[in-house]
Amino acid sequence: MKKAVTQDHPAEAIVIGASAGGVEALSAILPRLPADYPLPVMVVIHLPPDRRSLMADLFDAKCAMNVREADDKEPIERGTIYFAPSDYHLLVETDRRLSLSSEEPVLFSRPAIDILFETAADAYGPALVGVILSGANEDGAAGLKAVRAAGGQAIIQSPDQARAPDMPRAAGGAVPDAHVLSLDAIADHLLALHRAGVS
Amino acid sequence: MDAEVNAGGHEPAGRTDEIEIRLLLEAVFQKYHYDFRGYAMASIKRRLNQAKAAFGCATISALQNRVLHEPELMAQLLPFLTVQVSELFRDPQYFRMLREKVIPHLMTYPSLKVWVAGCSSGEELYSLAILFREEGLEQRTLFYATDINPEALKKAEAGIYSLDRMKLFTENHRLSGGKSSLSDYYRTAYGAAVFDKSLRKNCVFSDHSLATDAVFAETHLCSCRNVLIYFDRALQDRAIGLFKSSLIRKGFLGLGAKETLRFSHHSEAFSDFAREERIYQKRDLS
Repeated sequence: MKKAVTQDHPAEAIVIGASAGGVEALSAILPRLPADYPLPVMVVIHLPPDRRSLMADLFDAKCAMNVREADDKEPIERGTIYFAPSDYHLLVETDRRLSLSSEEPVLFSRPAIDILFETAADAYGPALVGVILSGANEDGAAGLKAVRAAGGQAIIQSPDQARAPDMPRAAGGAVPDAHVLSLDAIADHLLALHRAGVS
Repeated sequence: MDAEVNAGGHEPAGRTDEIEIRLLLEAVFQKYHYDFRGYAMASIKRRLNQAKAAFGCATISALQNRVLHEPELMAQLLPFLTVQVSELFRDPQYFRMLREKVIPHLMTYPSLKVWVAGCSSGEELYSLAILFREEGLEQRTLFYATDINPEALKKAEAGIYSLDRMKLFTENHRLSGGKSSLSDYYRTAYGAAVFDKSLRKNCVFSDHSLATDAVFAETHLCSCRNVLIYFDRALQDRAIGLFKSSLIRKGFLGLGAKETLRFSHHSEAFSDFAREERIYQKRDLS
């Protein structure tokens, strides 16, 4: 079970997917990352499509890192947390820029976790860490599988501790060797990537 | 258009899937003159993989072979390459800002030209046509609605949308500051909403590519929403350059809610007019 987490390739980016119960879960992780945290963090959280995302503002107030909603073709910067805007998919280009898209929803979701994870896996390969948190559907399972297939790290919030266990459970089914952790342990792990002296 | 903007980035050299995609897009361009070579890779890669599966091809190269040798397949591939998802008055605050802040400027011109670039199936065009009618500018305005996809242009010209979308469109219209009921502008027939053809009597629908064609008219407002997100930065610059050339001094450019001129070579030629709503004004000096 350990092998999905510990590996030689230094992490260069983190992607996180969350749905129902996700704000609470993210609140246990993102505020623990320090202002000088060197990795970019890209987050998809499902929200009702008919309202503007307030997530970036909400977490900007809670977090030491820079937090913002992604703009199209924005170069990905270290130490920044990017939220997918409501009603757009968030994608990572292989030149390490962010792209947005209004393509059809995937599993009724736009933004879709799968699209972020699959494109980020394509761009970062083994240097990516994928994290699936609380949620009530199966979005993210295929994405986490793609992260793992590209050699990246797969981390799942323990379904027993998630407010909505379906999403972590589906991710666990798709990626049997993913590391299943408590929220605290996930935050510790992400901090350890930092302390390990990520270039 | 240079499709090689990724050169010098972090992209690993010689990725087979991206080589195949570039070759396919080059083939499509040479054979059918549709130029997708400057489209952002992440999204088009996804959609071409969907097309590959839909056409039962094992690889993108196999898909390229079929597209080259079966011209009828091109029309079927086109919907995969272009994204056609929109709504009337999408992002109502954009249209509210046009109504409240841009229209008073446009009022000062005796005649107006408006370019809806990448109009897809026409939702943005009808939104603007309704807004201009409500604000009393319809009679002096000529609309150009352009797209590369002939099927989408036909849909735009027909102005028929499924009834189940009308609830959302009506609410959007209301939030945009609509001065009438959206139902005043369409009738229902065969389970669909058919928009009043008088809305498009001052509209020219035309095949036009932001990747390969030139400017065709001087305009006062260019509205191009959620089109540039599918382009790479070089193609974005080309398209924005067209808008810059087309717009009169102090003309307006409206983009999608998350599109920005911030990373464009042409950013200096525009000022922020409404930052949140992504409405820009061409500077006087440019």
